[in-house]
Amino acid sequence: MELTRRDAVAALGALGVGGTLSGCVAPPGAEPLDVDRIREVLVAAAEVVYPSEVTGTATFVESFLEGRLEDPTHAAGLDEAVADLDEHAAVWFDESFAALSIEDRDRALRGIGAADADENPDGTTAERVRYYVVNDLLLALYASPAGGELVGIENPQGHAGGLDSYQRGPGA
Amino acid sequence: MSWDRPPAQSAGSRTDGDAERSADADVDRTPVADADVCVIGAGPAGGIVADRLADAGLEVVVLEAGPRFDPSDRHARQERAIRPAYDRPAVWDGHPERDAYESSGARHYPLNYTRAKGVGGSTLHWQGMVMRLHEDDFNSASARGVGPDWPIDYEDLRPYYAEAERELGIAGADDNPFAPPREEPHPMPAFPPSYSDSLFAEACEELEIAMHSVPNARNSERYDGRSACVGYGTCEPVCPSGAKYDATVHVERAETKGATVIDRVPVQRLAHGPDAIDAAVYAAPDGEEHRQHADAFVVACGGVETPRLLLLSESSHYPDGLANSSGTVGKFFMEHLFAGTGGILDERTRLNHVGFLTSESHQFYDDADAEYAPFKLEFLNYGGPAALEMAPPAMALEGEDWGDDLLERLRTEYGNQIGVGALVEQLPREDSYIGLDPDRTDDRGNPVPDVHWTIDDRALRTLDRANEIQERVLGELGAEITWQVGPENAGPAFHHMGTTRMSDDPAESVVGPDLRTHDLENCWIASSSVFPTGGATNPTLTIAALALKAADHVLEVL
Ligand SMILES: Cc1cc2nc3c(=O)[nH]c(=O)nc-3n(C[C@H](O)[C@H](O)[C@H](O)COP(=O)(O)OP(=O)(O)OC[C@H]3O[C@@H](n4cnc5c(N)ncnc54)[C@H](O)[C@@H]3O)c2cc1C
Ligand code: SF4
Repeated sequence: MELTRRDAVAALGALGVGGTLSGCVAPPGAEPLDVDRIREVLVAAAEVVYPSEVTGTATFVESFLEGRLEDPTHAAGLDEAVADLDEHAAVWFDESFAALSIEDRDRALRGIGAADADENPDGTTAERVRYYVVNDLLLALYASPAGGELVGIENPQGHAGGLDSYQRGPGA
Repeated sequence: MSWDRPPAQSAGSRTDGDAERSADADVDRTPVADADVCVIGAGPAGGIVADRLADAGLEVVVLEAGPRFDPSDRHARQERAIRPAYDRPAVWDGHPERDAYESSGARHYPLNYTRAKGVGGSTLHWQGMVMRLHEDDFNSASARGVGPDWPIDYEDLRPYYAEAERELGIAGADDNPFAPPREEPHPMPAFPPSYSDSLFAEACEELEIAMHSVPNARNSERYDGRSACVGYGTCEPVCPSGAKYDATVHVERAETKGATVIDRVPVQRLAHGPDAIDAAVYAAPDGEEHRQHADAFVVACGGVETPRLLLLSESSHYPDGLANSSGTVGKFFMEHLFAGTGGILDERTRLNHVGFLTSESHQFYDDADAEYAPFKLEFLNYGGPAALEMAPPAMALEGEDWGDDLLERLRTEYGNQIGVGALVEQLPREDSYIGLDPDRTDDRGNPVPDVHWTIDDRALRTLDRANEIQERVLGELGAEITWQVGPENAGPAFHHMGTTRMSDDPAESVVGPDLRTHDLENCWIASSSVFPTGGATNPTLTIAALALKAADHVLEVL
């Protein structure tokens, strides 16, 4: 299944971010962020946490990120979590996170503790990486109709998919 | 799980207390001069009373303990509802000290999951199932041989029910053969049944169990300037579209008619003489106390804080608590008990597309007697009691897997669930009560409420019976049963009732049928705290009907 920019806009709808993305990723009034690094790391992480049957991940993640970065507080937390993850990759693998193979990215995420951790935006490094990187990506995917369809629910929680789908049977 | 309150505009960060305080400094929280009526609490009961009285031209002031929420934050609250980082009370900015409580009964009572404090009250958080009590619910002693009779009948409340249905905006159909009589249709058509209802329908037909629609306080079409339901599926605890009724509707309407609403001002006590309340003493966020005088007072703080405020207002005139000559303030705390059975089918059931129910059965309701309580069956449109946790995307955010493994887990675990719930009446008992905890105080130094919840044997027996029927239904469907909530582990349905009961006899109750306290001539109570018995239907439509009746009684006097 190919993820599109439209799917990203739908995922943002679940978070109340308007459907018109400006193409500008500098969050208004915030500390300068390393937006390029955030984008690279998230796209690279999405290749690990998304199932292999989805394609178009980069477009989807970049579009989702545009909306997500509009919230300065979230953007700052994301920037910090990404920096921690990148530093972890540099220490353990001598490379930036995005430059690692998919297998090593998976190892890096597990090594920092993101697989075992409960998400928490104010928690430990592992909990923040889980919140801002892993779970934000999973939320984007599985709260969108495209991600819902993968699982068999085209109108997942958080998506305003109307009142038809709940009445339809599996065959319809 | 965290109790912290991130600001709603960002689900991932903390409140800046200073910013909150400085924004707050601009708000005038001084008392209103020449108020006719002071309403305490801005939930549905307080909101409806305030709206009615403001409509009649009275000078109304509403004092609300919690904040006024910004409607544009609702999506951020929805994200909190879905994400495991936030506990339920955090969705509506619950506060660990302001909302501190004790639970001293044999069964733990999770009070802060069962209420929200702020303009809108617990309806911000509620599910929105709304039905009238059955006729026998008003006559439990005479019709069923247990519990007290109400001092009013269904017929007394019937016109108020119709009015309440219009006020809340209810989507419903006249297809429930067990419901009490009605002439007028619901304001909106019922939501059509879900796909999983159709699976239940086959099994119920075999078992001769009648299914019918659920009246919902949510718009099946545009109503009252609010959107139709768009299927966000997070109704409980937050509806971002405004399709689900919440009491901000009435509070804001009251304001447009001239009422003044002051938020973040918990009333500390009611200053009074022997026969009347003189002022509501409230605390502003800056710590200053103010006194709101009025000719009449309507206490609408919900079923827990209403008795607490009366108990906190003790005096030499009322040493056991205000309006408590009978000694019943806080006693007879009742809940509805949730029983449920669920499992897995070997076919797709397609749950969790919306966050509300479309079908139930009141078939067994009127079999109630001294031995068995009334109960109703609810056909769940979500997998289990914890609706959001059992659905994607929330399922995806917890676990040690990702990538293909996660997708495989989601595909295996989501999709085949099925479940039936039930609400069961519990009888009023003196040893089920709201008291004051002597050892613990809230952020203002007041003793916190102590919820001492106990359940009678009749309710426990009925939970068993409900489980048996649920098992039969699921058995007929061929489901493998994987969970059950019954007598051992039944939880509350989040309905606080009975703690300032209504009766003609002042020696055994707090208010009369006019909802005025027996002790004080200018104090009315609008709340399910006045219910003498609880029945087995969700209480808020009855709360709304009684609020309309209370407003009429206030108008008769002023
Ligand atoms: C998760 C959930 C699901 C529910 N589902 C349903 C349902 O499907 N159907 C149904 O009928 N009911 C349901 N309910 C119950 C319903 O929400 C309540 O019955 C209803 O909100 C009670 O209305 P109220 O106005 O009496 O009290 P509340 O809504 O609790 O409002 C009381 C208000 O008073 C304020 N207050 C308290 N103390 C003070 C004080 N000292 N000073 C000033 N203000 C004060 C509070 O902050 C609050 O805003 C549900 C509740 C919950 C939590
Ligand atoms: S499903 Fe619930 S949350 Fe969604 S729009 Fe309808 S009422 Fe609101």
